[in-house]
Amino acid sequence: MSGSDHPSRDASQIQSVGFAYEEPLLFERGAPGRSGYSLPGLDVPEVDPGAILPADAIRNDIPGLPELSENEVVRHFTRLSTWNAAVDLAPYPLGSCTMKYNPKLNEKIARLPGFSAAHPLQPDALCQGLLELFHRLEAQLAEISGMDRVTLQPAAGAQGELTGIMMIRACHEHRGEKRRKVMVPDSAHGTNPASAALNGYDVIAIPSGDDGILHPETVEAAMTEEVAALMITNPNTLGLFEEHITRITEIVHSKGGLVYGDGANLNALLGVVRPGDMGIDVMHFNLHKTFSTPHGGGGPGAGPVGVKEVLAPYLPVPVVRELAGGGGFELSDDLPNTIGRLHGNFGNVGVLVRAFAYILSLGSEGLRRCAEMAVLNANYLLARLRDTYHVPYDRQVMHECVVSDRNLRDFGVTTLDVAKRLIDYGFHPPTIYFPLIVQGALMIEPTESESREELDSLVESLLAIDREAREDPPLVRNAPHRTRHSRLDETRAARKPVLRWRPELSSD
Amino acid sequence: MTEASPLRYIPHTRDDVRRMLEVIGSPRVEDLFTAIPEELRLRRPLALPGAASEQEVLADLERLAAANANARSHDCFLGGGTYAHFIPSAVDALVSRAEFYTAYTPYQPEISQGTLQAIFEWQTMMCGLTALDVSNASMYDGASATAEAALMAMRVTRRSKLAVSASLHPHYRQVLDTHVAGLRAEIVTIPRGDDGRSESVADFVDGDTAAVILQQPNFLGVIEELSGAAEAAHADGALLIASLTEALALALLRPPGEAGADIACGEAQSFGVPMAFGGPHLGFLATRAGLVRQLPGRLVGETVDTRGKRGFVLTLSTREQHIRRERATSNICTNQGLCLMMATIYLALLGRVGLRKLAEMNLAKAEYAKARIRETPGLKLAFSAPTFNEFAVRLGIPAGEALARAQRAGIIGGLDLGLHAPELGSALLICTTELNRKESIDRLIGILAGGGP
Repeated sequence: MSGSDHPSRDASQIQSVGFAYEEPLLFERGAPGRSGYSLPGLDVPEVDPGAILPADAIRNDIPGLPELSENEVVRHFTRLSTWNAAVDLAPYPLGSCTMKYNPKLNEKIARLPGFSAAHPLQPDALCQGLLELFHRLEAQLAEISGMDRVTLQPAAGAQGELTGIMMIRACHEHRGEKRRKVMVPDSAHGTNPASAALNGYDVIAIPSGDDGILHPETVEAAMTEEVAALMITNPNTLGLFEEHITRITEIVHSKGGLVYGDGANLNALLGVVRPGDMGIDVMHFNLHKTFSTPHGGGGPGAGPVGVKEVLAPYLPVPVVRELAGGGGFELSDDLPNTIGRLHGNFGNVGVLVRAFAYILSLGSEGLRRCAEMAVLNANYLLARLRDTYHVPYDRQVMHECVVSDRNLRDFGVTTLDVAKRLIDYGFHPPTIYFPLIVQGALMIEPTESESREELDSLVESLLAIDREAREDPPLVRNAPHRTRHSRLDETRAARKPVLRWRPELSSD
Repeated sequence: MTEASPLRYIPHTRDDVRRMLEVIGSPRVEDLFTAIPEELRLRRPLALPGAASEQEVLADLERLAAANANARSHDCFLGGGTYAHFIPSAVDALVSRAEFYTAYTPYQPEISQGTLQAIFEWQTMMCGLTALDVSNASMYDGASATAEAALMAMRVTRRSKLAVSASLHPHYRQVLDTHVAGLRAEIVTIPRGDDGRSESVADFVDGDTAAVILQQPNFLGVIEELSGAAEAAHADGALLIASLTEALALALLRPPGEAGADIACGEAQSFGVPMAFGGPHLGFLATRAGLVRQLPGRLVGETVDTRGKRGFVLTLSTREQHIRRERATSNICTNQGLCLMMATIYLALLGRVGLRKLAEMNLAKAEYAKARIRETPGLKLAFSAPTFNEFAVRLGIPAGEALARAQRAGIIGGLDLGLHAPELGSALLICTTELNRKESIDRLIGILAGGGP
């Protein structure tokens, strides 16, 4: 069907939907000739593209772009927005993602024209404010992590991992060593092995112990002079602190390896303990987790990387340098052993600005308070859930806790069902089926942003779901019931992929 | 730590903490950290300033912001991968809805349909703009999208050689070099001809070539002949990758898919995303249907719920790192969700007619500037081949001096090509968009020709 003859809502819907709006695709709305944009008058001679460009270099039409007025576009996207869960609506205890509150002040600051409308190729003299900000932010992150140097360039945590592993590779190559392997614990995020593989390394999976943490003997057994690095997440994805971290990093170092620290869970450590003091040689920060920048529906994030001096010669370029004698700052490509460039420009500057404002707002004490309250919240949840939900590794946790569906399986209720039912109670579900070493894992990270009342409400909801699972399993198995969509068929989506709108394929 | 310190983002009162510790069974907050060996703990406060009020932070940041020139304080003629375009007010108003910007990856589709439907709309519009079958849900930026496209071509063809245009954005080339450094790959450079286009592409392709990579328009603004390059690549079983830094060109030029490109990728910042000193921007990657299993990045697909109602989900995730780990098509985890949202809203606002008109206005401004340059003694266009909204000009005076004069007149006059194309002598890369008024173009040309101030 074409856009013009498709009414957005028919009469029967108008009577039934209330303020829970249906909304078609952009392409099923509008009418030929509409536009939501105005251009100023052309103040130079009009040009016929056909007179300038060869006929076969020009296109005639842009099929598939909609034709809508501004008010229609605004209504479309405003309605879509009402279909999303979000931190500003309700707790979003997605484990490993640190869905903390995103301060409004930071949004305002990122929109100041001196940040938002600056061009990345403008001369250093015309962007001294930004360069000063980068310099200060690098110093803050270095102090927070105990690392010596920081690059702000990587656009996300995964790109930070890639950057870190590239530096490790460059360091070994510079020493004339050919190391082919990277060790990754079995509880690690999937980005760890993927980042190592993208650098041409073979990945060795290292098993966690029965207590959920890595043991020196296991690392020692796997560590050879072929191993370039160990990638470790501390606290790990079970929310447990890797207590043997010092011994483990010593083992890796003793055979010439380096240790990569995945900073995904740094929120638990702020002001309490620093990766740089545990023997970590290189780590990334997830500014969108620990430092409150919005997750944006899936990005953009930022993944700065901190290194010890041993890796500083390999940092990506450009680097920010303070000029002598109060001469301001410069961006420099002058770093002979650099791994090169990771980003088309300097990185996700809009995200860096927000994180910088957050660190200034909280200050030294505030950052430590984040860690303390995040850990308090996670332990409180665990304490209240322990008697009901199976806890695979029942120990004191850091910023998150992991429970499983084991106690519910006899009733035919799985982790997925619990997650979907939690939606009916007004909570975004935890991360599910991760880490992979726990069957049916529910990984819950409340962050410090949630109040005691919100946590109590989350706990009561999970306890209620446990009762429902025992008394009325189909109620849980068929959840969610209070959303505009019931469970979506992901298998169908993958089996017969429909990845773009086409009039003839529309099933609406 | 005083537990009652008024930290505005943390709700816990002293009483909350006490009651929660009771439930946990720990006397003090510090006892929750006993898993951390004593000797590792930081025995001092972090050496950072204390907490600051909202007005103090704002004042500090306003001072830093004011120390940067920008496209509002100056007439900006810089392009080179980042473009100053007007952003309609509705874009920021809509992405400022917290339901969009405080959500995360739509892992739970039943409560993420807003994000998912917008991504599906983005994918559809990018397919239309590129004339390709599948677009992913965005990449970090144009440079990483181009590097990922190269890695994808190496997987598809199981070959390891890349033939890359000398007129690919130098930063993109550097990012590509960085990405393939750890792999067994060889890069050969396709030279730039006198008219500014890549020349003799076929001479650089052989049976080991995974892909030919051309930028369209290229870094110096020149429109490349994609179809010839496609023939040369395909004759030896290689793919053609068309990389764009100025996505607005898609509204005017023959789409890459129609010209024979197998992958179109690059930067879509021009579609309503602030320049923000270079990021966050919006990488895109689109390809033919047959190559979808090797595509990196997230994809959204249509499906139905248990009641048969249409909805959208993340799909084909077996390509991705959280499932496949070290065998994934990429290590990418996040996308540039909110930038994608900006671009989707922007494209919806401009639509079929507006986007084309905007592209034509950009072309007209550049053609006007080029016509003025042709008639100005001391200035010379560097290349004869057609361009879109960006072009290289050779100066009779040192580029640095010309830019300094422009700066004194409140103009950021373009990019000094001394570093990137030294063979041109003193030369600038100049970009004109709808933001550059005729008077300002005239003023710039006067200054470049050696006039005041």
